[in-house]
Amino acid sequence: MTSLNELTLAEARDGLKAKDFSAGELARAHLAAMEKARGLNAYILETPERALAMAEVADTKIAAGEARPLEGIPLGIKDLFCTHGVVTTAGSKILEGFQPHYESAVTHNLWRDGAVMLGKLNLDEFAMGSSNETSAYGDVVSPWRRNKSDTKLVPGGSSGGSAAAVAAHLCLGATATDTGGSIRQPAALTGTVGIKPTYGRCSRWGTVAYASSLDQAGPIARTVRDCAILLGSMAGPDARDTTCADLPVPDFEAAVSRGVKGLTIGIPKEYRVDGMSAEIQALWDRGAEMLKDAGATVREISLPHTPYALPAYYIVAPAEASSNLARYDGVRYGLRVPGKDIAGMYENTRAAGFGREVKRRIMIGTYVLSAGYYDAYYVRAQKIRTLIKRDFEEAYASGIDAILTPATPSAAFGLGEKGSGDPVEMYLQDVFTITVNMAGLPGLSVPAGLDAQGLPLGLQLIGRPFDEETLFAAAQVIETAAGRTKLPAAWWA
Amino acid sequence: MTAAVNPKKLIKGGLHDWEVVIGMEIHAQVTSRSKLFSGASTEFGAEPNDHVSLVDAAMPGMLPVINEECVAQAVRTGLGLKAQINHRSVFDRKNYFYPDLPQGYQISQFKDPIVGEGEVLVDLVDGESITVGIERLHLEQDAGKSLHDQNPTQSFVDLNRSGVALMEIVSRPDLRSSEEARAYVTKLRTILRYLGTCDGDMEKGSLRADVNVSVRKPGDPLGTRCEIKNVNSIRFIGQAIEVEARRQIAIIEDGGTISQETRLFDPGKGETRSMRSKEEAHDYRYFPDPDLLPLEFDQAYVDALAEGLPELPDAKKARFIADYGLSPYDAGVLIAERASADYYEAVAQGRDGKAAANWVINELFGRLNKEGKTIETSPVSADQLGAVVDLIGEGTISGKIAKDLFEIVWTEGGDPRALVESRGLKQVTDTGAIEAAIDAIIAKNPDKVTQAKEKPTLLGWFVGQTMKATGGKANPAAVNALLKAKLGIE
Repeated sequence: MTSLNELTLAEARDGLKAKDFSAGELARAHLAAMEKARGLNAYILETPERALAMAEVADTKIAAGEARPLEGIPLGIKDLFCTHGVVTTAGSKILEGFQPHYESAVTHNLWRDGAVMLGKLNLDEFAMGSSNETSAYGDVVSPWRRNKSDTKLVPGGSSGGSAAAVAAHLCLGATATDTGGSIRQPAALTGTVGIKPTYGRCSRWGTVAYASSLDQAGPIARTVRDCAILLGSMAGPDARDTTCADLPVPDFEAAVSRGVKGLTIGIPKEYRVDGMSAEIQALWDRGAEMLKDAGATVREISLPHTPYALPAYYIVAPAEASSNLARYDGVRYGLRVPGKDIAGMYENTRAAGFGREVKRRIMIGTYVLSAGYYDAYYVRAQKIRTLIKRDFEEAYASGIDAILTPATPSAAFGLGEKGSGDPVEMYLQDVFTITVNMAGLPGLSVPAGLDAQGLPLGLQLIGRPFDEETLFAAAQVIETAAGRTKLPAAWWA
Repeated sequence: MTAAVNPKKLIKGGLHDWEVVIGMEIHAQVTSRSKLFSGASTEFGAEPNDHVSLVDAAMPGMLPVINEECVAQAVRTGLGLKAQINHRSVFDRKNYFYPDLPQGYQISQFKDPIVGEGEVLVDLVDGESITVGIERLHLEQDAGKSLHDQNPTQSFVDLNRSGVALMEIVSRPDLRSSEEARAYVTKLRTILRYLGTCDGDMEKGSLRADVNVSVRKPGDPLGTRCEIKNVNSIRFIGQAIEVEARRQIAIIEDGGTISQETRLFDPGKGETRSMRSKEEAHDYRYFPDPDLLPLEFDQAYVDALAEGLPELPDAKKARFIADYGLSPYDAGVLIAERASADYYEAVAQGRDGKAAANWVINELFGRLNKEGKTIETSPVSADQLGAVVDLIGEGTISGKIAKDLFEIVWTEGGDPRALVESRGLKQVTDTGAIEAAIDAIIAKNPDKVTQAKEKPTLLGWFVGQTMKATGGKANPAAVNALLKAKLGIE
């Protein structure tokens, strides 16, 4: 029989309800798997005592017939979500040992619904990266390997810990965040499902900020249904975040089996980028066929400003980051390195506390906001952002219900393989996902097959604002048609 | 707007006269229970760091939420300044590092402030008045406070003020003397206090001014300005302008040039000192705060707030002049504080407005000033003072007795009408009694009677004697008439 940690979230939920096993057993199965998988470095911090205590409460609730929607479901939490009394690092040395006195809105919602916390998941420092190699707490290693190779591969980023943990059965699902592709790209690289909901669907309160106008929380899980279940609990209005939408949360799980009959799926021609591999093109075509076979109409569309999205993102996001990260100054919390005066303390603290990529983005952001450069960079980037948004609006106005694109330009790559010389090489990982953040739309990545080397590849579905339901419906069609990707044997355990 | 140069306002230099040009940025603390973007209290005088929320301390992941009362206060103030109210405004981040600025940026409004152009009518002492243009008003967060005197090697930070709402009110460079500048701030303070949008308490730092000063030869284009930061009393504003203008004139007359810079005023030494030059000025890297949506409201919202506004100083003054027949000067004195104006109106209601004004301004204000009291702590209520005015008006007591009565009410309290009865202060109008007194005086002073016939001004001496003899209670008109008849003076 399958070990408990290999169940899907929905299966585990139903098994708990049927009392096939207890929440305690489920938590212990995960804790054991986590212990064996430490070589993957997916968790920055394991919280077994808390997990078992929460599981015990869950078992009491289940016994009393008072099970909440996620009762007893063990989850991993990206270490960007502040957790009350549990160290929250954002993958940075500058927050080493920082214990929040508060719980992020998203994790609060999960605990409210009965979920169990297994620990805090590794990530790129302050969510800046696409390979989980910028974390101050070490690289995350993907559970996937190329055929007949033991080269260590990246899980993608910035939610690399979340994706690796979900893929390697170290949790039933995980929270993640996505500013330029940080949910969808790692999900695609690890054969998992990830959704970045519409900007404003989840509260940002209590989540460490990278780029406020782009950051959005979402789940990574092993199936479309599991993602729908998790998002249903994570999302919801929050008066403490004025950018959070005051909208009721739909029954996402119900939408999963809705099908795509009658829907019109757009294929944006601008995503057929130069040098796209035949494999990716074939995957994309196959995805379109699957949707067509299920009753959708597929039509080519144009999103003309797509090529400008990546450069504009690397102005807007660093600009906001340079300001958002100013609070890490060594005065009130986190790392403090003394200096001869206050400016010296700032310099020493930030020099020692921030890693290379974070420093790079702070400098880019500071530069583009400087007097004399603001109009040339920031203002123009914002204009591009408006145009990108308009591209999507026009497509949807023309009758498109969702858009299908590849999730990433390639499958997972080796640790240290990309971006050490030219950071843009790494930035290009997000070329298909970044437009979605710039436009504030929901985007979902679903596994659609393996490449020639046996590595998972994902397709991305982009929806109308606050129409995650259509994405779940379409993704389920692809998941069913493509079959769930099967992880290779647990070489790490 | 370029007003004609008023020669009286010019400053004498060694070579020629100079015109000083002043513009001001006033930081007025918004009267509100909680801070601009957090629920922490704004109460003054708490222990350090007692009023600090997670947002104020800039903990990771914390987000600002606009305090609607602060928005309403800014709109009310804009209406009080007869200003353009912008239905859409944007909060920006002003980025710089400082220990008392936890976020590493101040949330302010840069390109799109909540209030646009307006004006303030300022009355000057000589009866002249000027209109000072308001360029804009915007909302922003106050910073915390660095405490440098708590530890020999370290500075401490108190974040109680961090995040408290300020209105920055920027004037046009329409002021031409330190007197005008002081009068402008005084008037602005009056308007804010009427509106209840800022308590104007400069000692607590609720109102601070950044003063921009430049000098020029009359008729020349504007000179290079220096900004004097954070001046915290109206008197110091005047002094700072005087010394800064003279400093600039001395430099220019010596053949030097003024460099644009930020300066500090040292009231102890009576000088301004350079704080930082233009080259050292921060690049604040303003950009729209992505945590906050643009602030939007409709005209109905503005109308509802306008509806609730109190009568403002200018309107009140005009009404006092029209309804009570007051001089502009007296009306100006009475309306300077809303409480004074209310007090006056209570006294003047149904009585002679001018007499009421005289009593309030001369007797009451004089006495309050002398004893360091305010209208709110006045021992004499408007009802009591009104009764005194009534007693004079109906001829029950004389003006002189009234002053004694006022004194009794001030020190002992009580109903003035009852006091007049119980202390026998009633004016004597019985001519028989007065005549008897006069006859006695005439009989005792035959020489004075002779003199008075030649020198009628001696009548005053007889009046004085008669009043003394009657304990001041004789009706002065009756005394005069009787004396004239008996002494045979015309």
